[in-house]
Amino acid sequence: MELEGRYIRLSARKIVLTICFLSILVVLIPVTASLGAASVPLADVFKAIAARLLPFLNLNVSQFADTIVWDLRLPRVAMAIIAGSGFALSGSVMQGVMRNPLVSPYTLGISAAAGFGAALAIVLGVGLTGGGESLLISNAFIFAVLAALLVFLLAKLRQMTPEALILAGIASMYLFSALTSSLQYIGTNEEVSGIVFWLLGSLAGATWRNVLFVTAIFIVALPVLMKYAWDLNAMVAGDETAAALGTNTKRARLICLITATLITASIVCFNGVIGFICLVSPHITRMLIGSDHRFLLPASCISGAILLLVADTLARVVFSPSEIPIGIMTAVIGVPFFVYLILTRRKENFA
Amino acid sequence: MKLELAGIQFGYGNSDLLRDISFEVAEGEVLSLVGPNGAGKTTILKCINKILKMKKGRVLLEGRNVAAMKPREMARSFGYVPQSSPASFPLTVFDMVLLGRKPYIGWKAGRRDREIVLGIIKLMGLDEMAFRNFNELSGGEQQRVLIARAFAQEPQVLLLDEPISNLDMRYQFEILDTVAVMVRERGLAVVMAIHDLNLAARFSDRIVMLKNGRIFADGKCHEVIDADNIRKVYGIEVTVYGDSGMPQIVPIGTIAKKKLSGVKYYEEATRG
Repeated sequence: MELEGRYIRLSARKIVLTICFLSILVVLIPVTASLGAASVPLADVFKAIAARLLPFLNLNVSQFADTIVWDLRLPRVAMAIIAGSGFALSGSVMQGVMRNPLVSPYTLGISAAAGFGAALAIVLGVGLTGGGESLLISNAFIFAVLAALLVFLLAKLRQMTPEALILAGIASMYLFSALTSSLQYIGTNEEVSGIVFWLLGSLAGATWRNVLFVTAIFIVALPVLMKYAWDLNAMVAGDETAAALGTNTKRARLICLITATLITASIVCFNGVIGFICLVSPHITRMLIGSDHRFLLPASCISGAILLLVADTLARVVFSPSEIPIGIMTAVIGVPFFVYLILTRRKENFA
Repeated sequence: MKLELAGIQFGYGNSDLLRDISFEVAEGEVLSLVGPNGAGKTTILKCINKILKMKKGRVLLEGRNVAAMKPREMARSFGYVPQSSPASFPLTVFDMVLLGRKPYIGWKAGRRDREIVLGIIKLMGLDEMAFRNFNELSGGEQQRVLIARAFAQEPQVLLLDEPISNLDMRYQFEILDTVAVMVRERGLAVVMAIHDLNLAARFSDRIVMLKNGRIFADGKCHEVIDADNIRKVYGIEVTVYGDSGMPQIVPIGTIAKKKLSGVKYYEEATRG
C-alpha cells in the first residue's frame, strides 16, 4: 500500500537521521579532545584513549598526552556532551508540556534561582549545606529545585495550566534576578566578578566526579520522560484532547517538569548558567525529525550534545589561551540561528 | 441502553451550569444537543467523558458507572471531538490520527494500529494530505482529521462538539453523512452538540433542547422542533415546514423591535 510505504519510509528517515547525529557526535569526541591551547595530535588522542580503554594492547603513550587527554580534555568533553543532552532534553520536555516553543528552564526561573544560590555562597558564604566549593554547588542546586517547586505549587492552584506556569515562572525569575542584583550591589569587586563569571557559565571546572553525578541523574530521568512521550504528543493537541485520550494532564505535566528541573539543576550547579542550548536544540531537532516525542526526545539529546560540544570547543580555541565564557558563545551561535528560524519557518511551526 | 445520563448537575461554587440532565442513547442512535449559546451543550459532553467533574448524577455506559472507569478505559470507550484543536507544534495528519490509538498502545505503535489508522484515513478521504502538517489544513479538513482520530479510538460512544460550526455547506453535509454511516455500521452511540437545527433534525434520531442548563424539551425531531419551543428557547419567531419527519425552520418577522429602538438611541447619542 502506497500510504503505508510512505509512513514506513518517514519513520525510517527519523531513525537514520538520529544515527547520523550520533555518528557526528562520536567523530567530534576525539577531534575536540585534540584541539586546545596545548596541541595534541589526533593520533596521540586516539592512542591515549585506547591505552586506557584497552590496556592489554600495551600502547606507549607519553605522560603529557595522557594527562591532557584524560584529566583535562575528556572530562570537559564528557561534561559538554552530558550537559548538552540534559539541557536539550529538559528544553524539549518543557516546551512540550507547556505547549510553547519559547519556554526553557530560564522561563521557569530555574536558572535565576540557581544563580541566586550561587551568589549567596559567593558573597555571604551562607547556604544550606557544606562549605567552600561544595557550598556553591549545593546552594545552586537546592535553590533551583526549591524555586521550581514553588512555581509548580503556585501553578497548581490554577490547575497547572501552561499559562499559570509561565506567569509564575517569570515572577520567580524576576524575583531571583533582583535578589542576585542586590547581592552584587553589596558585594566586593572580586565577589561581583565571581558572580558574573558564574552567571555566564563555564565548563572549565569539569571533573569526572561531576560528570558522573550529572550522568547519574540523566540516566534515571531519560526513561521517565520517554515513558511520557505519548502523553506529550497528546498534550500537543491540547489538554482536553489529551484528557479524552486517557492522559492525566496535571500529573503528567508535574512529573515531566520536576524531572526536567532536576536535570537542569544538576547541570547548572556545576557549570553555571548556560543559555540557549535548551531553547534551540529542540527546535532544530523538531524541524529535522518532527514533533513526535518518541523520536524528538532522544534525537534532541544528541543535537544538544553536539551543539554544546562545538560551542565549548570554540570557546576554548578561538582566543586561545584565554577562554570566552560559554554562555556568550552559545548565544553568539544561537541567536543568529534562532532569528533565522523565526524568519524562515512557517508560522505553523511556532504556534 | 448504550449510554445513560441520570440527574447530572454541574457548576462552579454555588451556581449551577447544568441541572437535572437525564437522557438515554441507544446503540446506533444519534442524539443532538441543541440550544442557544451558553445553554450547556459542551458542558454536558465534557461531563460525560469526565473532562469536567460533575457535582451530582451518574453516567452509565451499558449499565456501568463511568466514575469507576480508568482513564485508559474511558479513552477506549468514548471518542471525543473538540470544537477546534490547533496543534502547538507541527504534527502530520497521520500522527494526529495515530494519537487516537494511544489508549491501546504501550510505547511502540504496532502493525495493527498502523493498519487501523491507514484504513480510517482512507475512509475519511484524507489520503492526499496524510503527511501534511495538520495546522496547514483548512477548517473542514482539520475537522475531518479530528473525527478520524476519534474513530481510531474505536469507541462505543462518539461525542461531537459542534463538528460543523466552521464548515461550508458541503463539508457540513459530508461530515454528518460520514458520521451517520459509521454509526450504523459500527453500532456507535453519538451525542452531538450542534447549532444548525435543520441539519440536527435531518441527521438525529433524537433531540434534546437545552435552555439555561436544563432540558427544555426531549424527543423525536418533530416533537422537539416546533415554532413554540423555538420561540421559548431562542426567543425568535419561526415557521416550521414539513412537520412530519424532517422539519425545516424558517425565521419570520422580527423580534428585534426592542433592540432596534436601542440602536436608534445609540445612533442618536453618537451623532451628537
